[in-house]
This record gives sequence, structure tokens and C-alpha cells, in this order.
Amino acid sequence: MRFFTITIVALSFFWTVSATAADVMEVVKKANHISYYKGKDGRAKVNMSIIDAQGRVRVREFIILRRDDDDTDGKQKFYVYFNKPADVKKMVFMVHKNLDRGDDRWLYLPALDLVKRIAASDERTSFVGSHFFYEDVSGRGVDEDRHEILEEDDTYYIVKSTPKDPNSVEFVFYKNWIHKGTFLPIKTEYYDDRGQVIRSYTALKVDMIGGHPTVTASRMENHETGGKTLMNYSAVKYDVGLPENIFTERYLRKSPRKYLR
Amino acid sequence: MYRAIIPALLAFLLGTFSETLLAQEIKLPEGLGDLSIMVAEESEEQGVPFDLSGFLESRIGARLGSDAHQKDMSIGEMRFQVGIEKEFDSLTFNFVSDFIYDPVQGKHAVNLETGQGFMDIREANLTFSPLDFMDVKVGRQVLTWGTGDLLFINDLFAKDWNSFFIGRDDEYLKGPSDALKMAFFFGDYNLDVVYVPRFDADRFIDGTRISFFDRASSDLSGRKNPVFVDRLDRWFEDDELALRFYGAFGAYETALYYYNGYWKSPAGQNITTGRGTFPRLQVFGSSIRGPVSKGIGSLEIGYYKSSDGAGSNPLVRNSEIRMSVGYEQEIGSEFTGGIQYYVEHRLDYDQYLAALPNGALQDRQNRHLFTLRVTKLLMQQDLKISLFDFYSPSDKDGYLRLNISYKILDTLKVELGGNIFYGQKVYSFFGQFQDNSNIYTAIHYDF
Repeated sequence: MRFFTITIVALSFFWTVSATAADVMEVVKKANHISYYKGKDGRAKVNMSIIDAQGRVRVREFIILRRDDDDTDGKQKFYVYFNKPADVKKMVFMVHKNLDRGDDRWLYLPALDLVKRIAASDERTSFVGSHFFYEDVSGRGVDEDRHEILEEDDTYYIVKSTPKDPNSVEFVFYKNWIHKGTFLPIKTEYYDDRGQVIRSYTALKVDMIGGHPTVTASRMENHETGGKTLMNYSAVKYDVGLPENIFTERYLRKSPRKYLR
Repeated sequence: MYRAIIPALLAFLLGTFSETLLAQEIKLPEGLGDLSIMVAEESEEQGVPFDLSGFLESRIGARLGSDAHQKDMSIGEMRFQVGIEKEFDSLTFNFVSDFIYDPVQGKHAVNLETGQGFMDIREANLTFSPLDFMDVKVGRQVLTWGTGDLLFINDLFAKDWNSFFIGRDDEYLKGPSDALKMAFFFGDYNLDVVYVPRFDADRFIDGTRISFFDRASSDLSGRKNPVFVDRLDRWFEDDELALRFYGAFGAYETALYYYNGYWKSPAGQNITTGRGTFPRLQVFGSSIRGPVSKGIGSLEIGYYKSSDGAGSNPLVRNSEIRMSVGYEQEIGSEFTGGIQYYVEHRLDYDQYLAALPNGALQDRQNRHLFTLRVTKLLMQQDLKISLFDFYSPSDKDGYLRLNISYKILDTLKVELGGNIFYGQKVYSFFGQFQDNSNIYTAIHYDF
């Protein structure tokens, strides 16, 4: 029995060493790439069901267009055209994502023909009233956290990420289950200082689209309030050939129909 | 199998099984079980050939005090808006009209200029791109540009101050214009040209909904003595031209503006009839907007060149310089704040004083104004609390706008709000509206 225990401990030690030997930054960067930078550009129709603890449901539906500035997994532009709910129909939210400074954001209100520049908000606030944060939709900079591989098995790298600036976020650390075959994060758990999971993300469905494994259904839960949001992607397309000028004031005022169908 | 058992066993032995066991609970999402069976999915193409939208709402409000010149109810209306958008090959037709039952106004004959009556067409236009670098929108449309927040310097498109003051939705601050808009895009620099073939005045305060201080009679005036004006209504003669030339320098958006037309609200008086007039006006302006510190800063300036000889003509408003500086940032979770400073500087002030009839009210050379906006979202953004205050230290008056809205459903919203005017003098810009302070409530259904 004693020998058996020692063997197990020794084996597991070996196993742990081999796991940490994998380059954690490599894993995190690949996960970031496959999550947010597939193709040169992309479009998708997004449906969100926002469900509160009492089971009340709110629905959001929008088309999202994305274009990467270059191949460096850096600056991107987003164009979000709302269909639902009816009171925000035809509104457009546009973001020029920067890495060196806050994002540039605009909101177009069609009833007033108003192009409003909006102050960059905390990235960790609700995106359109859902349980997803802005950062969940557009990505969190890989250099904002210190990463370590906690564990590795046949299927996953389990990566623990600790923020370099703890005051900028509501969690103490998060754990990411990154699928080895695709590098897609399948589950993410955010922990508070008592080690409790306060928020979690789960990928529910993955489809291969244009050669890119794509999470087409996912869930974000807030374990403190009991609310959750289900997000579905449909009509996903990559390398659409979105011109750069789509992401300018011209197309806020005159929506680019061709790409929104 | 072996490798899966070892960490579990180890964890059990060490008594710390949380992380490892959790790993075992992770279910592979649908589609990831066997990557080899993944096939490319054809994305569905679905066009919407005909688009219908709109709302139905009821809005009721009352004056807080009694106003001898108005009804006690400040607003009481049922409004049905229908919007139709139809796309043809390279042409989009857009039509938005309101149908209103409004016993407070009590006028049911349609006047598409003043917005009075049972129907108010807000949009009826065609949009197309005749050239790669050109967009055209022709017909009735709502137009907005400039950087101010509820302050407009170079935006000389029609406003509806009555709607604003009685508590209609913010979108009604903008009146429709019957215009041809041509937008040219040259890459870094762009040019908008708006031509209004027949002058579109503001839906200004004329006494029918909001009482005001009438300087001629030195008294408050309301629905019994509304303002009569000489409307400019000759097609292609009483016309307006508005230009905006704009471009961005990095994150900073800059623009130059030019307007050639008329004061949008009465700014003069016909000496023989006593009717209000819309004297000629040209505006030259510029603006810049971009990130400042953690928020967005903006600066806008305009030189209002009134009609010739306005300085020495007491019946025509003088030329002015107007300027605004604004800053907005997030100050908490789902909580934003904005402040602005605005000034109207009257030019040829000495001439103005010299020409002023004896005993007439004397305006100051500068009208200073500060604004404060605070917006808080709660309950997954279903509850919105907003406050906007205008305060003028020079006029010692102000105007507070409050609104709380709650979405019971995605399509159903209730609102409670108020428009509170305050001031020391009965004749100052906001002070004159004190008797019109009101609260309102609305129920709004979108489809």
C-alpha cells in the first residue's frame, strides 16, 4: 500500500511537471485567437436570452460584424446592429478596439439621426443588459493576467489566470478549461476571495464554420444573483470581405444592408 | 483512463479534490465530441423584404401649479407610430408617421409643419448611393449633427421645443426637415450638404402648449394669445443650406460647419403687424470631440451672423458667438455623468443698448449656462434613472428634466418624469416657463 502511494505521488508529480512544461502563453494566445480572431473578419446573428433569478426572460437580437486591423491579434473593429427588442431596433453600436488605450465607442440613434460618442466604460460591465460583459464579447487582453497551467489531461488545459491589476476586476482569479483539440475555452469560472465561483461561462455547442471551430451556443451565469444569459450564434460567416469603411460614421447613418441580411 | 484515475486518486489522498474533480465534471459541448465528424455549415441567408415597426403609447401629465394661460393638463395623448421600410435593389424607402389623439392640444386638422393635428409624418424619404463615394437621402427626414448634449450650436435643423418641455420622448426634440441630403465620402475627409428648399422653422414656443413671457405686453402669455409669425414659405426662395466638412485625426473627430438660412425660432418682429419674423442667419462653426482622460470631451463654437443691421435694429436679434465645452465619463457601474458649459455672447452690445427703447427689458451681453447629466441603469438595464439639469448663473434660472423608466417586458415600458423650470425672474429664458413645470407618466408598447 505504501509503495503504491509513493508510486502514485511520484507519477503525479511527473505528470504535473509535464503539464507545466507546456508553454502557458502559447495556450492562452491560441485560445484568444480562436475565440476572437477567426478569419480576417466575421459576421454573425446573435440571439441572447437574459434570464433573471425569477425566470423572467429578456431577448436581444443583433447582427455583429467584426474586422481585424491586421494579423497580430490586436486592434479590431465591431459593428453591432440591433433587431430586438423593438425599442432599440436599427440602433447601431460601434467599437474600435484598441490595445494601447480605451476603446472608441459610438452609438447611433436612428430616431434622432444622432451619432453619439460614448465614453469607454469599465470593460467588466454588462453588455446590452446581459450577463456577458463587454470583455466577454470582445476579448480580454492576454497580458492583463498572469497565467499558469494548473492541470492538463487528454482533453483540457486548465489554466488559472490572475489579474495583474486586481482592482480593475471583480474577481480574484479565473480558471479556464481550454480544449486541446481546438483551443476553445469550454468553461470559465471566476472566483472571489473566498474561493467561491461567482460567475461562470460554459460553451454549449460548437460548429465547424469555414474551417473554424466556433462556439455557437453558450451560457454565462452569475452565481451571486442567480441570473444567466444564453447566447446563440447563427448565420456565422468568416472572411466575408468586409470593407474597412463599414466601421465609419457613413455606415452608422446608412446601415450596410448587404452585410446585415 | 489510467491518467484520469491518478489525479483523482491523488486528490482523494491529499484531501483536496475540488479542482481535479471539477475537471471531470466538464462536459464536452455538443459538436466537440468527435472533431472528425464536423462539417462546414452553410449559413442561412434570410432577407427581410418588408419591415414594419412602431409603437403605441399613452402619455399623461399635469402642471404642478396653476397657470392662468393654459389647461391644467400639460400633456394627454395617445400616440401610434408606424414605420415602414422597403428595400428595392439599391434604393431604400422609409416612412414613419405618428397618429395622435390629443385632446389637450384640441386641434385635429393636420399641419405637417407645426406637427399639430392627428397625423405627424416624421420620415418619408428615399436613400440611395448614386456613386461609390456618395449617399443621398431625399424627402422628409430627421437630421442631427454637432457635439453638444441637448445643446445645439451648428445643428440648425428643426427642433420641437414644445415636445421637449411637455415630456414627450427625447426623439421628439427633433422636428422633421423636408430636405435633400447629399453626403460625400473622400476617405479621410467627408462633406455633408443639406438643402432645404423651403424653410423649416422650429416647432417653437408659441403659447399654445407652453406659456411664455411676452415682452410686448410685459406679461405672461398662453393659448389665448399665441405667437403669430410671418412664415417663410416660398419654395426655392426661402431656402436653407447646411454644410458639414468633417474628418478624424486619430481618435479626435473634427468638423467645420456652415449654415445659410434663417433664425429657426422667431428672432425678430414685423413692426407694422407685430408678428414674429425669422430674420436671415448665417452660422460659421467648428467642433472637436474625442477621448479626454477617462471620458469623452467636446468643444463646439459657432458665429451666428444675423441679418445686416441687426445690431442697431431692436426688432432683430443681434449676431452672437456661441460656444460649448462638454465632458462625459462613467463614474460608477452602469452610471455615467456629463457636464457642459455653454455661453451665448451677444455681439454689437453697445448698439443693442443704444437702440433699445426706453423701459424695455435689457438682456445681458453673455448668457452662461451649465448642464449636468446623470444616468444610472439598474436591474439588468431594465430600470433607467436619468436627470438632466440646465442652470444659468447669469439668468439665475434653470430647467430640470427627470425621467425614470422601467421595462416590464421587452416591449412594454412605463415612465415617470418631470420638467421643472425655476428662476428668479419671470422673463428670463427658463424663468418664464415656471408655470409650465409638469410631471407626466407614460405607458409605451413597442412592436
